[in-house]
Amino acid sequence: MTALLTILVLVFITIAIWQMVKIFDLAQVGNSNSQIATDKDNSLNGYLMIGFLAFIYIITIWSLVELGDLPLMSNSASAHGPEIDNLMTISMILIFIVQVITQFLLHYFSFKYKGKKGQKALYFADNNTLEFIWTIIPVIVLAGLIIYGLFTWSSIMNVNEDEDPLVVELYAQQFNWKARYAGEDNTLGKANVRLIDIDRANILGVDEADPYAQDDVITTELHLPVGRPVLFKMRSQDVLHSAYMPHFRAQMNCVPGMITQFGFTPTVTTADMRQNPDMIDKVANINTIRAEKSKALIAKGEEALERYDFDYLLLCNKICGKSHYNMQMKIIVETQEEYDAWIKEQKAFKNSLIN
Amino acid sequence: MSAHADTHDHEAHEEHHHKETFITKYIFSIDHKMIAKQYLITGTIMGVIGVIMSLMFRMQIAWPEEPNVIFEALLGKWAPGGVMDADIYLALVTIHGTIMVFFVLTAGLSGTFSNLLIPLQIGARDMASGFLNMVSYWLFFLSSVIMLISLFVEAGPAAAGWTIYPPLSAIPMASGGSGMGMTLWLVAMAIFIASSLLGSLNYIVTVINLRTKGMSMTRLPLTIWAFFITAVIGVVSFPVLLSACLLLIMDRSFGTSFFLSDIFIQGEVLHYQGGSPVLFEHLFWFLGHPEVYIVILPAMGLVSEIMATNSRKPIFGYRAMIASILAIAFLSTIVWGHHMFVSGMNPFLGSVFTFTTLLIAIPSAVKAFNWITTIWKGNIQMNPAMLFSIGFVSTFITGGLTGIILGDSALDINVHDTYFVIAHFHLVMGISALYGMFAGIYHWYPKMFGRMLNKNLGYIHFWITAICAYGVFFPMHFIGMAGLPRRYYTNSNFPLFDDLANTNVIITIFALIGGAVQLIYLYNFFSSMFFGKRAVQNPWRATTLEWTTPVKHVHGNWEGEIPHVYRWSYDYSKPGHDVDFVPQNVPLKEGEEELQH
Repeated sequence: MTALLTILVLVFITIAIWQMVKIFDLAQVGNSNSQIATDKDNSLNGYLMIGFLAFIYIITIWSLVELGDLPLMSNSASAHGPEIDNLMTISMILIFIVQVITQFLLHYFSFKYKGKKGQKALYFADNNTLEFIWTIIPVIVLAGLIIYGLFTWSSIMNVNEDEDPLVVELYAQQFNWKARYAGEDNTLGKANVRLIDIDRANILGVDEADPYAQDDVITTELHLPVGRPVLFKMRSQDVLHSAYMPHFRAQMNCVPGMITQFGFTPTVTTADMRQNPDMIDKVANINTIRAEKSKALIAKGEEALERYDFDYLLLCNKICGKSHYNMQMKIIVETQEEYDAWIKEQKAFKNSLIN
Repeated sequence: MSAHADTHDHEAHEEHHHKETFITKYIFSIDHKMIAKQYLITGTIMGVIGVIMSLMFRMQIAWPEEPNVIFEALLGKWAPGGVMDADIYLALVTIHGTIMVFFVLTAGLSGTFSNLLIPLQIGARDMASGFLNMVSYWLFFLSSVIMLISLFVEAGPAAAGWTIYPPLSAIPMASGGSGMGMTLWLVAMAIFIASSLLGSLNYIVTVINLRTKGMSMTRLPLTIWAFFITAVIGVVSFPVLLSACLLLIMDRSFGTSFFLSDIFIQGEVLHYQGGSPVLFEHLFWFLGHPEVYIVILPAMGLVSEIMATNSRKPIFGYRAMIASILAIAFLSTIVWGHHMFVSGMNPFLGSVFTFTTLLIAIPSAVKAFNWITTIWKGNIQMNPAMLFSIGFVSTFITGGLTGIILGDSALDINVHDTYFVIAHFHLVMGISALYGMFAGIYHWYPKMFGRMLNKNLGYIHFWITAICAYGVFFPMHFIGMAGLPRRYYTNSNFPLFDDLANTNVIITIFALIGGAVQLIYLYNFFSSMFFGKRAVQNPWRATTLEWTTPVKHVHGNWEGEIPHVYRWSYDYSKPGHDVDFVPQNVPLKEGEEELQH
């Protein structure tokens, strides 16, 4: 039945196209019909070029107005976040200017110099001054961007160990995340997947004999004290994953067989971010959308969606298999006191083992 | 050079006496013009498959987990009750990427036009080795067939992304597609690379050795320069992917540990020790990045030629255009690390790659400005090929500019592997290269098939495609900047992204319209072969040598002697001539100077 329907649709489409061609061909009676553009074609398409330029500008403005409100890109929650956001804003403004000008020139020239009988093109093959200008301007602009970018990059990637960062291991597996805190000694115990012992609940392969490992704490939620530098050590037990924490402008791949790292300082607690006016708007908007969806779901006899409340997230951002789309962990940034209270409740590694 | 031409003449005449059978003419042909058509039609078929796949996964993103009769009909067991399975979603994404990048935009684009135009535009009877050329096509055909067969294996086709990063691609336990599906993927790619290398060597040798008398390197049309340099990049970088594929095959099938180490999966520790997935990433992107230039350079060449012809003006800055092709080719081999800023490699290396990557914007900017200056004060003939060329420059600029963000390691941290990347590379190399290919097809169709494509259908095709291309990929920048990761089967597990759902629906609708419009093109393409208006010898009034050959194809290209060349290929609207183009084989008039371009 489906096959028959598909065939029918195809037949109708073919007939429709055939009819369109006939109409076009009939409209060209009297012309030479050589399938080469005539002055009329040049003129029509010239105007369409201007129309298309307008379309590009409109879709740009529409995207900026409708989609440009990106709290995820402006309210960063880490110390280095504003640096990245600044660089991003500068790059975007630059791109925007170049885009507007070059698209204008391209489409306007296409319109202005559309072919006409008797019009003669200018024999203009070369001009060293022009070539020089548009080589040197990108060189200068890019030099600025490169230098700015490189300084930002190295200040982000060079973790200062003197600041005594909180050391946390992010452990990835298909398809969930675990966090391992280093405990009171702030030193992670050695670990290797070969030491994994599911029967003893040693799920991360932590070395039971390592004295540093005894006070490690393994959790399924990531709690971070605000204002304290954190150094993440990433591991994966199976395939590549990527620890993506967009609100903190942080991302690093988790690679089986090696330990990667990324450090940052969270600056805004979850509670404060929930009070951010931009975030309140965004959450309200999302909840309106969810309420509408829920109505449809209830009408179908299904459960309504839960109300959304803002939380920082850790997402997997490297294709890792079937449930890649649902590999996430909640991040909670809180005050030092709240953090201390929370970590005290967690079981130390040595007490979590089953004997 | 003339001695070459003479012996070639002789051979050509000999061959005229052989009676061509259907098989030697249409199937195992060694004539470059027929091989070009074979590449084009195979590439078109693969393109249709690749586009249908993309439409299917776009529908899944817009209307997640909703039953769809199309899924049920096309995916069978992979869409129980018409709901697309998460595994097949990733497989569709993977195979779409592979097919479009390699089978359509490498073989379909470069294979078609390098084969068609190199001998015709440099004044040669055929490729240096017609036999190798035939082998190259048939290897490509074989690899296409194997890639398509991989869609039908029990556990599903490869589903590790087109970049097939191990360990996901190496361990069948990690993903259903990493079993037989991945084996076939690797075999298909190994054969594809062999095909591509044979083709590239042939192009290089032909351009260097078989140019007609007077055709110096600085009189070559920019198309030939582009194909030539593309072939060089291919020869340099494709073997590296081959070695990556072979090492991966060893890891998968013979227990070596080149890319794998310390893996615990489904309750057991695997024996692999000491390998590194990062090594694979380096090897993959050592081809993978030059690959985007292998895709885009031929399109640039075609567009340069078509813009000059249809503006009735010389290409602006001929030497700067060649220099920028060379600069892009050189830089393209030392920027691969910008795909790996957050892979765990040394951050200092990231700095180096940021530097080289942003440098590549300079020759790209030079090219864009030169194209714009080429149409300035022209007499622009709005043939469909010209529209696609203008569209090419437009999308190349839009897509290229965001490369400044992605190439900057600090900014890449936050947009790496989001929809921002998808928007960027689809515009700058996907859509642009596709436009270049369409431009080439509309322009050289008369040369290939002796008939004209219907121009009105061409106009409809261009304008709707152009609007849909922006409609699909422009908003993607913004959902990417909102943090939406790519390759997610559905976003419904993240309420955070609920406000992007409507945008995703709009994108999918544009994609569906854009996809449907390609039917008009396909109709035009296939029906014009038989019913199109018969072409005249030089319909676009162009200067290059291919338009001095007879409309009806002859083996050996020219019936008589090969024309000699007296000037560069861009003498359009030259003062002192009555017509607005002077073909390359017209001798200089008395007192006429060849431009010191």
